Amino acid sequence: MELKLERIEQRVGPQTHLYPLDLTLVPRAVTVLLGATQAGKTTLMRVMAGLDTPTKGRVIADGADVTGVPVRERNVAMVYQQFINYPSMTVADNIASPLKLRGEKNVNGRVAELATKLHIEPFLKRLPAELSGGQQQRVALARALAKNAPLMLLDEPLVNLDYKLREELREELSLLFASGQSTVVYATTEPTEALLLGGYTAVLDAGELLQYGPTAEVFRRPQSIRVARAFSDPPMNLVAAEAVDGAVLLPGGMRFPAPLPADAHGAVTLGVRAGSIGIRPREGDVALSGRVELAEISGSDTFVHVDTPVGELVAQLTGVHAFTLGETVTLYIHPAQAYVFGAAGDLLVASRGL
Amino acid sequence: MARIELDLAHAYKPNPTVDEDYALLPLKMTFDDGGAYALLGPSGCGKTTLLNIISGLVTPSQGTVQFGGTNVTGQTPQQRNIAQVFQFPVIYDTMTVAENLAFPLRNRGVAPDKIKQRVGRIAEMLEMSGQLNQRAAGLAADAKQKISLGRGLVREDVSAVLFDEPLTVIDPHLKWQLRRKLKQIHHELKLTLVYVTHDQVEALTFADQVVVMTRGRAVQIGNASALFERPRHTFVGHFIGSPGMNFLPAVGNGGSVRVAGHDLAIPASRLGSGTGPLTLGLRPEYVTLAEPNAAGALPARVIQAQDIGMYWLVTATVGEGDDAKLMRARLSPQQAIPKPGDTAWFAIVGPHTCFYRDDELVEGATI
Repeated sequence: MELKLERIEQRVGPQTHLYPLDLTLVPRAVTVLLGATQAGKTTLMRVMAGLDTPTKGRVIADGADVTGVPVRERNVAMVYQQFINYPSMTVADNIASPLKLRGEKNVNGRVAELATKLHIEPFLKRLPAELSGGQQQRVALARALAKNAPLMLLDEPLVNLDYKLREELREELSLLFASGQSTVVYATTEPTEALLLGGYTAVLDAGELLQYGPTAEVFRRPQSIRVARAFSDPPMNLVAAEAVDGAVLLPGGMRFPAPLPADAHGAVTLGVRAGSIGIRPREGDVALSGRVELAEISGSDTFVHVDTPVGELVAQLTGVHAFTLGETVTLYIHPAQAYVFGAAGDLLVASRGL
Repeated sequence: MARIELDLAHAYKPNPTVDEDYALLPLKMTFDDGGAYALLGPSGCGKTTLLNIISGLVTPSQGTVQFGGTNVTGQTPQQRNIAQVFQFPVIYDTMTVAENLAFPLRNRGVAPDKIKQRVGRIAEMLEMSGQLNQRAAGLAADAKQKISLGRGLVREDVSAVLFDEPLTVIDPHLKWQLRRKLKQIHHELKLTLVYVTHDQVEALTFADQVVVMTRGRAVQIGNASALFERPRHTFVGHFIGSPGMNFLPAVGNGGSVRVAGHDLAIPASRLGSGTGPLTLGLRPEYVTLAEPNAAGALPARVIQAQDIGMYWLVTATVGEGDDAKLMRARLSPQQAIPKPGDTAWFAIVGPHTCFYRDDELVEGATI
């Protein structure tokens, strides 16, 4: 489906939940709505689905204005955070319900096929309550897929699952989405989830649509500091600095080389993602020494927080590294991997990778 | 504060016989005084049962719980002098932040000046000093949960503070701050802390020692580095890390292992007595691209290459047909990344490679 939102605005009483926005979803691809809680993701999805009518603006589906057309008259599949199934129906009947509603033939065959795809075929005769959370959400997903709707909306569908299950299901979903049958919208608060899903990402913050584009591109070229903040986990390291003679002057007087635009001067912000900071020097690196404040460990990475003369910096190191609180460590940043933002938060210099 | 010693098992129904009858299989462990421990595992693994046994909410069906050498198996949480923090904020909305924090102390008849001093210190650590006189009702969910954490930590005389998934309701970017606060607070207060979670980041960051649990069994107790580098059980390899460890069926044969039809040389000492069927385990972080026919490498067919921003995650299949196994490699972008459909060679034998028999690590010298 081609879904187009034109000057959509949503206000509830005196509060604005969505500021005027335009968004044309790339058809038959995944669009990730990325933003913190309260950013407006669910509000936007409800407008897309027809669950809510926007205060202003139009929703165009395949060229037709569907603003105000209720959800039951639209062909939309939705999956929510909570696992919503019919509690008194078996898993098989749950998945079959949209098929029966459409009067499809070969319902059993389709149910078996979807159950296989989502690894729930051993549970077809059970009731949802007899399944684990992950299995229940698989049933809800199977039912949504059974609808075969041209528009599929998923509102943080994995948030209530253990992370291993989340990992597994996310992978299966991204393969299912890749088949390119439906236009998929997937809301999440997690930048890494957006990157794993790939596709396109729309970054939302405080009711505003900030940027929309191919996921990896939005990640690499955030147009503003707000996008960079929303699309970095851990948060991007930001250092208040000054543009002087084509270089960035850091607090304490260190000069950080950056290809600044000719007219750049005055207050700027230097941004460096945690993953771009290392503890081994490379050619051309800028070195910063500091004290270890904390080392956080995910299973695959160590995030070390270091108090440096330019403020606290977080470095993301692959694997598990042991640090003692308070020990001295030198961090290395390659100038080509840094961002510079202007006083208004606009992107002046993007990372050029390595 | 007290050293906690557990030597117990628990079944919810009488006369357990097989493993499945147990919520907790027989275990023996010691939590040192002032240590930070995490119980990590998926839902249903027994971690909450274990926490409830430590707190006294559940009495183990066999064995004992000792605090500082005293048998407390039959004692209530109050008698054991335990503080607890739950998933959701447990606070009084009508009270101010300061009154909430002071409540556990007031209940115990602590002197007012002492209360004031302790509340001030906890509020300072949680960065809530500016909100002390605000009513709790008006605060956001995460601020309320911070108060809950503060209430758990405010008493100095507790045997232990137990946390049951305390960061569930917190937004991801605030989780960073709170995980960090908890770690710093442990460093300063030196209380015995036991933290239940299904989240590896919380467990590995917070705890000095992590107990990894699955199906009622504690499969490994170790620090983050041990769990990452040398998982003692395949479950630990799988559960720790995103994605977890790759596992490939292998056959040990003295000086080599055979994987998907390729004989890969390894020092014989590495396998100990490990000949016959084995499982080779290697983390995606340690799988590297290799030249064709390089030592310790085998070819795999790439099925997916994902750009995860700071690195690429490449998924490939090793072996053919029904025997094909998935393998993931986390590759730095400073090299040519193979595309879906390509056949690429990956080095899989090196110092980080682990071998398992019946899911248990085969001990041998490292390569």
